[in-house]
Amino acid sequence: MAFPRSDVTVAPVPPAQQPAGSAPVAPITVKIVVAGGFAVGKTTFIGSISDIEPLSTEAAMTEHSVGVDDAGGVSDRKTSTTVAMDFGRIALPGDLWLYLFGTPGQDRFHFMWDDLVTGAIGAVVLVDTERLESCFDAVDYFEARQIPFVLAVNCFDGVAKHSIEDVRSALAVRDETPVFYTDARNRQATKQALITLVTLAMTRMQS
Amino acid sequence: MTGPTDPDRRSTAGHHDLYEEETVEEARVVRPYALTRGRTRPVRAGLALEALVRGVTGAQDPVGTSERRRILDLTRDQILSVAELSAHLSLPLGVVRVLVGDLADEGLVVVHSGSPAATASPATNLKVLESVLNGISSL
Repeated sequence: MAFPRSDVTVAPVPPAQQPAGSAPVAPITVKIVVAGGFAVGKTTFIGSISDIEPLSTEAAMTEHSVGVDDAGGVSDRKTSTTVAMDFGRIALPGDLWLYLFGTPGQDRFHFMWDDLVTGAIGAVVLVDTERLESCFDAVDYFEARQIPFVLAVNCFDGVAKHSIEDVRSALAVRDETPVFYTDARNRQATKQALITLVTLAMTRMQS
Repeated sequence: MTGPTDPDRRSTAGHHDLYEEETVEEARVVRPYALTRGRTRPVRAGLALEALVRGVTGAQDPVGTSERRRILDLTRDQILSVAELSAHLSLPLGVVRVLVGDLADEGLVVVHSGSPAATASPATNLKVLESVLNGISSL
């Protein structure tokens, strides 16, 4: 598995002078999970807004001895997949760091999701209308755990093949679940998707 | 966490493929969990993926394996999350968690905001979410 290297430049922080326990202020970290079927554009979505080139971290391969890898019949769009999770980071004003974690794209890596969703604001589920069924399990997962999520229908090549209402009824999500078009390559669209999710999470918290 | 749900596939091809992966994967001479002396869980529980790690200035590492040294080097002048360390070191998250947990226990790094599941995460705080919302909107 290849791990892309990236020369991360982080604003230099004054080195810690104190021992553990009286540490200097560090950024507050929050995270959003980016889910969806295999090869739907999760890493593109993350990369469209991340301050750093999306990085990749391995989790399951060694921890759980999962070594098999197949492309699940969609190898035309992507030749291989891994148990890597791609992620990015956005520095926000007020010393906040927002991490975006992409879920591993195949069902059998669900056991890794629990780790990802702990403490997360919520999830953006990317929907590929060519393969609606590929996001069923993500929808089930977040609904069952009452984790705020939005459905962002990724328009490959800018073409919307199905109406939002069709997608909504096909996925049978609750009325209050936002469903909208997005373009994973477009920073503004990604930004809007994240805003929609955070707004939903806040509404949930206040209700 | 539970294991993968497809035991058949794992038993027929899993181990073999795992070895192949390891061989193809260039320079790692030691199996990852050898670095943790076989431990798969950090001493301190709940080290989040996004927990931030910062090296303590002037700390001397008595153990000094190259992985520990790289973590200390990477976190000397910047603060990095557990996930970023895993990516930069090309080591599985679980291994990095154990190593960071050790370094923190030995006072060589400070871990920030790696809140154990028991304590409230920033995402459950309305004020934090408001700042996140304003922050994203201002991008």
